[in-house]
Amino acid sequence: MDIEIDNVSKRFGTFTALNNVNLTVHPGELVALLGPSGSGKTTLLRIIAGMERPTSGRVLFGGQDLTGRSLRQRRVGFVFQHYALFRHMSVFENVAFGMRVKPRKQRPREKEIHERVMSLLSLVQLDPFAKRYPSQLSGGQRQRVALARALAIEPAVLLLDEPFGALDAKVRKELRRWLRELHDEMELTSLFVTHDQEEALELADRVVLMNNAVIEQVGTPQEVYDHPATSFAYEFLGHVNRFDCTVAEGKVAVCGGEIAVPAEGFNGDGKAIAYVRPHDIEIFNGAVMAGRPAVVRYLMAAGPVAKIELSFDDDGTFLEAEIGRAQLHALDLHVGQPVYVRARKARIFAAAGGMH
Amino acid sequence: MAGGATSKSRIAASEPLWLRLLLIVLAVGFLTLIVLLPLAAVFAEALRQGIGAYFASFNDPDVLAAIRLTLLVAAIAVPLNTVFGVIASWVIAKFEFVGKSLLVTFIDLPFSVSPVVAGFIYVLVFGVHGWFGQWFVDQGVQIIFAVPGLVLATIFVTFPFVARELIPLMEEQGNEEEEAALSLGAGGLRTFLKVTLPNIKWGLLYGVLLCNARAMGEFGAVSVVSGHIRGETNTMPLYVEILYNEYNFVAAFAVASLLAMLALVTLVLKKMVEWRFGGASAVG
Repeated sequence: MDIEIDNVSKRFGTFTALNNVNLTVHPGELVALLGPSGSGKTTLLRIIAGMERPTSGRVLFGGQDLTGRSLRQRRVGFVFQHYALFRHMSVFENVAFGMRVKPRKQRPREKEIHERVMSLLSLVQLDPFAKRYPSQLSGGQRQRVALARALAIEPAVLLLDEPFGALDAKVRKELRRWLRELHDEMELTSLFVTHDQEEALELADRVVLMNNAVIEQVGTPQEVYDHPATSFAYEFLGHVNRFDCTVAEGKVAVCGGEIAVPAEGFNGDGKAIAYVRPHDIEIFNGAVMAGRPAVVRYLMAAGPVAKIELSFDDDGTFLEAEIGRAQLHALDLHVGQPVYVRARKARIFAAAGGMH
Repeated sequence: MAGGATSKSRIAASEPLWLRLLLIVLAVGFLTLIVLLPLAAVFAEALRQGIGAYFASFNDPDVLAAIRLTLLVAAIAVPLNTVFGVIASWVIAKFEFVGKSLLVTFIDLPFSVSPVVAGFIYVLVFGVHGWFGQWFVDQGVQIIFAVPGLVLATIFVTFPFVARELIPLMEEQGNEEEEAALSLGAGGLRTFLKVTLPNIKWGLLYGVLLCNARAMGEFGAVSVVSGHIRGETNTMPLYVEILYNEYNFVAAFAVASLLAMLALVTLVLKKMVEWRFGGASAVG
């Protein structure tokens, strides 16, 4: 089922949580609403679920206007950030709840309920825990119960609010992969809220990047990562080095290298901000053309890429670089070593281009 | 809080033995003098002329009428205040609206107003010479110096107990479980019965117990609106006073002993609920 957000705004008193937001989610998509806290992403999710009413605008499910419909009538699966399991009910009863509260005519028989709950629990690998209470489960297990409970009403749309926020890194990774499989298998249309860019980029088909009550950019993970539309998008998606610079005659000097400014990013001359991804920083042992002298301050070589912090000799500002292990060995870097750095490429935004 | 408590006990443990003993004796002695001795005196006085005289006190039809009236008033006031308390706490804990803090303040009002004043307000409003008194007289309904007045005064004095108990509990529990129930297709009533009520049941029971104890024991407000008509508008606490003033000590203390026993039973139940409640909230 496709979801259409049509010009939705939401105000709480004088605070604007959403400002004229438009978004279309296609059937079967897994979409991430990504942004810092206070960006409006959770409000948008709650409006789609029907927990909040938009101040203006419409929400359409499959072309049907559901703006006035309540949470109860929309039949969306919702997974809460803190799971919101019914604490006085067993895992089994939590999952069965959605079936038991159906109108008498549609309510499945007890035997059927039992079978469906157990098959959902085995889907989330919790069948041995049916008799336990939420307080007796770990965070990851609670999350899976919350998912099974939401799926019990056979929703076409699944909404998840910071689904992995409270879990440790290992469990998070497992659940992510597992959610992806579940989403594909059950042919759901899903949206999840996250502030973790890595999670959004890894899991989602499309990323909706939000900031200050508006959508900054929508695109596939690769699109938003490779071609951030705004300076906010650039800073929020992945690590980045930020340099103040001046554009002159369509060229800019960013940490030594002279770079032709991409036309889409900046027009005309003047003050600008340049963003360089850590993996676009080149490091040389000796002096190079258009290189800027710097000193290695910190080396983190655990993992497939080495993270290096350097500071410039002239003004002492820090920058972050990432190079492959092979290159690290070739350069034979150590802390305190003087080197030359150069930016392979940079993205330029006008300085007044409204960062934060 | 916890840090304060542990540091205090550490200080206490380092005090010399004689000082600790002295303080314990002082605390226990004070409690004995102020609370335990009077409580024991109630039973001692009631049984002064033997168990026969004690039970004979309850043969008085006016005593039985007072007991019945007390039970009747509590049976009306406590359920009403339970319903009101649950609704008020629900509204306060789960919604934002204009005048919310005013409502919270008003719920506390009976705690800060002298019960006698509360009684007088009802006389002023519903008495024969009061604002609405004549209208009620025309309808043939007597409020002051009759059971409705006693019920009203009791409701006023006891209405904070349930709400006070539930508001912090419901605020702490938040809205999420209710929202989850609604998103799963449950209606409002079912959500309340299946999700909200089980989550607050121990706090609710605790509040109802306290409300009941106060409803049965209330003296000041009901004294003003009662009119002290024997066999008709005297509740137990009021009748104790009458018996005492008539130098009928055994009967006075016998009725008082019932109230004292009510208090003791309430304390025990309260302790049990606290124990359950504490266990349940620790799990949640």
